[in-house]
Amino acid sequence: MSLAHRIIPCLDTDGARVVKGVHFVGLRDAGDPVALAARYNAEGADELVVLDIAASRDRRPTFLETIRRVAAELAIPLTAGGGIRTLEDARSVIRAGADKVTVNTAAVERPELIAELSREFGAQAVVLAIDAKLITSLSPKNNPSKEPLQKTSFSPVRWDVMVRGGRESADLDAVLWAMMGVASGAGEILLTSVDRDGTQLGFDVPLTAAISRAVSVPVIASGGAKLPEHFAQIFRKGRADAALAASIFHDNVQSIRELKRYLATHNIGVRLPC
Amino acid sequence: MKITLLDYGAGNVTSVERALRRLGAESQRSNSAEHLAKAEAIILPGVGHYAALIRALDQQELRAPLVDALQRGVPFLGICLGLQALYKSSEEAPQLQGLNLLPGRVSQLPASVKLPHMGWNQLKLTRSSRLLEGITPDAFFYFAHSFAATCPNGEAVATCDYGAIFAAVLEKENIFAVQFHPEKSGDAGAKLLQNFLRLAAS
Repeated sequence: MSLAHRIIPCLDTDGARVVKGVHFVGLRDAGDPVALAARYNAEGADELVVLDIAASRDRRPTFLETIRRVAAELAIPLTAGGGIRTLEDARSVIRAGADKVTVNTAAVERPELIAELSREFGAQAVVLAIDAKLITSLSPKNNPSKEPLQKTSFSPVRWDVMVRGGRESADLDAVLWAMMGVASGAGEILLTSVDRDGTQLGFDVPLTAAISRAVSVPVIASGGAKLPEHFAQIFRKGRADAALAASIFHDNVQSIRELKRYLATHNIGVRLPC
Repeated sequence: MKITLLDYGAGNVTSVERALRRLGAESQRSNSAEHLAKAEAIILPGVGHYAALIRALDQQELRAPLVDALQRGVPFLGICLGLQALYKSSEEAPQLQGLNLLPGRVSQLPASVKLPHMGWNQLKLTRSSRLLEGITPDAFFYFAHSFAATCPNGEAVATCDYGAIFAAVLEKENIFAVQFHPEKSGDAGAKLLQNFLRLAAS
């Protein structure tokens, strides 16, 4: 008897339709969120995440309606996010039927947002989404202090927090930001590797392990999944508590049911659907 | 039979309402003492901070009518915070008094595990359970909490082990309570809610 590793499909939407792209660009239509939600609920998904990746103000009512319709299909938890900047934004998403909200860019710009949401809805409802990118070079551009990087961070490798849909660097260490977020009241980290996202080369194990070791809350790994082995690896070596993927589930490259059976036969605790 | 869903303002009432509707049960949201006095069955959903629930019950003057209803024998199901509220107090807000219908306190799960306890876990049955009837013993339920009744007493018919052993399902005459979220626990959760509806109607 132990806590199951969670498999979480993610619906990236433009507010109304599911879309997909590589490295956050080149979006194309990938289906109806309500139909996909119903399918994943039946296939044994442990949770569902719905994101509004356009997050434009005028599409907001459309996204809230999408959350309402998706929530109606689910007997599993629902996390919603994208463009949540205020307590009121979060409240409207939770009222529409989400159990948890994710915050990303707005929390980087105004870290108090995390504490405000946590006080209002509880830490279990606040998911800090971090888009992280490996800093490979020690060039002056990436290391303005001119100090050797090893001395100022946890290890020779470090990851930068990216904002605005993974396009802009926030000039902030991802491990440090995860720790700060948890100290402020985030109850979970949704960690996306910008380097791996859309590549289907597997999850980012060193990144996920570094964050998972640094924080006391569950970590959801995201970005790069294709094969069942990728999931086994991120749970074992990456110390992930949950793993998230989008297009491989939407396109039936990987069935959730088969994936869970694979993990169970490899002695990784999962909730097997009946 | 109509279920009274106690809506004190911070719970996840909508999810519970939807789950009941899927089972064909009629429910009514309420935060009025009059409704509680006439209720045929009560569900107290809860998520978030213990203090938010206890303060809301006191500010909306629902504490006495709720305790009256429970002592009168009205079937009751507490969910998550709705379970924790039955105890004397909670470490999450030690200055506040719980409903004090069960002895003992609610405390924080140990820091040796990742908190919140978030996700799907299994139960250990300690005696036969009316709520869990027809549910396979290895079923998973969805938990999302950091505090729990870690000294389960005679009322616990099932426990869960996450850092510490804590009460997962309570049954005491007309009072039922679960630490997990049946409304988010797939088919097993739906079956549990159905069992409660049947017990409440009988």
